Amino acid sequence: MYEKDGEKYFVVDGHVHYWDASPENQANIHGQQFIDCFYGYHSALSPEEYLWPEEKFQRYSEEDMMHDLFEIGYVDVAIFQPTYLTDFYVDGFNTTEQNAVLKEKYPNKFVLPGRFDPRDGEPGLEAFEELVENYDLKGVKLYTAEWSGQSKGWSLKDPWAKRYLEKCQELNVKNIHVHKGPTITPLNRDAFDVQDIDEAASLFPNLNFIVEHVGLPRLEDFCWIAVQEPNVYAGMAVAMPFIHTRPRYFAQILGELLYWLDEDRILFASDYAIWQPKWLVEKFVDFQIPEEMGWAEYEQLTPDIKRKILGLNAAHLYGIPVPGDIPQPEPVGPAGEPTYPEAPLQ
Amino acid sequence: MKPTEVAVLHALSSVRDPELDEPITDLKFIADLRVAEDMVSVRLRLPTPFCAPNFAYLMAADAKAALLSVPGVRHARVVLEDHHASSEINAGMADERGFEATFPGNTEGEDLDELRDIFRRKSFVSRQERMCQALLAEGYTPTQLAKMPLGDPPTSTATEKYLSRREELGLDVSAAAPLLVDPDGNRIPEDSVVEHLRFARLTRISIEGNAGMCRGLLAARYGIPDPEEEVRA
Repeated sequence: MYEKDGEKYFVVDGHVHYWDASPENQANIHGQQFIDCFYGYHSALSPEEYLWPEEKFQRYSEEDMMHDLFEIGYVDVAIFQPTYLTDFYVDGFNTTEQNAVLKEKYPNKFVLPGRFDPRDGEPGLEAFEELVENYDLKGVKLYTAEWSGQSKGWSLKDPWAKRYLEKCQELNVKNIHVHKGPTITPLNRDAFDVQDIDEAASLFPNLNFIVEHVGLPRLEDFCWIAVQEPNVYAGMAVAMPFIHTRPRYFAQILGELLYWLDEDRILFASDYAIWQPKWLVEKFVDFQIPEEMGWAEYEQLTPDIKRKILGLNAAHLYGIPVPGDIPQPEPVGPAGEPTYPEAPLQ
Repeated sequence: MKPTEVAVLHALSSVRDPELDEPITDLKFIADLRVAEDMVSVRLRLPTPFCAPNFAYLMAADAKAALLSVPGVRHARVVLEDHHASSEINAGMADERGFEATFPGNTEGEDLDELRDIFRRKSFVSRQERMCQALLAEGYTPTQLAKMPLGDPPTSTATEKYLSRREELGLDVSAAAPLLVDPDGNRIPEDSVVEHLRFARLTRISIEGNAGMCRGLLAARYGIPDPEEEVRA
């Protein structure tokens, strides 16, 4: 919970991790490169006072996490995302089973999504069903760029991915977090292509597709899909920290998302431990679209819009109870149809 | 004639990161450059070890071709450093194998041409939007832009870049051709100009944002100043 200028904000952090990327757990050079890459993101976009030494960043403690999120970070509930990466890390980077340990210890603090990998085929389908039942999962986090043996990634268009999504539908696992990272085969195609989400979202209208880091670096392709598919949501992980280093760019991203989607389909996320919710929440509540020439087309942010983005939208997707003293504005509903272009400009 | 470092750098400045739409020299991707008689050797560095290998390969191959275009250069060597696929890409570059043969079994269909084309189209859209914003700021109306021939707008960097991207796509660049066309060369109808530019802006923001992100990552990775950071500006 965060309070400023008489306004209260219920905070759901849509994307947090508890990873072990220590040298002991790195299976190969890629494990090292992967965490180096995360550390690059951390160093490039964090305020100086929030920078961690590399060693702590590789492996932080449970106390660090509970402190940063819930004691000082204003987070009420965090969505605890798994990223297996078992080809890079001996015990995985952070698996559902590992996350479940903390979930059991602090049941009201975390929402626990699971994952599937369509390359696991039929046996994986059974294991997935077991995982869902064991942990009463309501969501999954999919990482299409994950390496698996010779394979350097997968697509939601793969026939087996559809089988798994059917299974999600059957088991009422409604929230599909999709994380697009680089290095998908075929290597000659665009590794960040988000088109496969379009097809999946049309095929499964009852599932919600939360596209992490708003499809960056393909924001235009993401918005194009989200305009047409009402069950596609914008996860703000990775986009949020620009609020510090590049606030005008952040304003543009948010302005565009509010225009092409609407205030009910944008979800706050810190991507902890890459960034910390404390400064992100503080800066976001203080944030406003610049009132100057050339910015008039972007909507001004109200406390209600911020409340929805910071927590209410995610609470709605996961059925998280919101305290009675938090104002709960109505959804805006289908907007007065703006005229969109007839085809993407590609 | 012995090639100069200036001439070599000038040639390299014609190589763009296809995704970020900026010269690799401006992006500080050149880690090292050595000129010895008729032999030039360049080391490339990228913002992360996981930058997409396809773009990495395109830039390395384009850089090599640019080096060989400099008068006096007979041998050119381009090495990609600190990347998860450095060894494959460098071996492929040295033997001039092409991308597909460098990663056998990991590509499908065409080589990298289709990928390059997708990003040339995005670049075209983004440059068109930048030019139009400048013209709108000067007082032109969307209707005027819709009717304007290509030869009309005053010369500026924005217009020049738009023309160069337009030419790359093989579109009509004659003075009488319409200023506003889509990436297939179809004229944008007067009543669609505003929406067209609205979507084009999204493409421009995406490319610019990505470039900013990559600059920040490269700066953090190699301990060089980040020119785009707004708080320091």
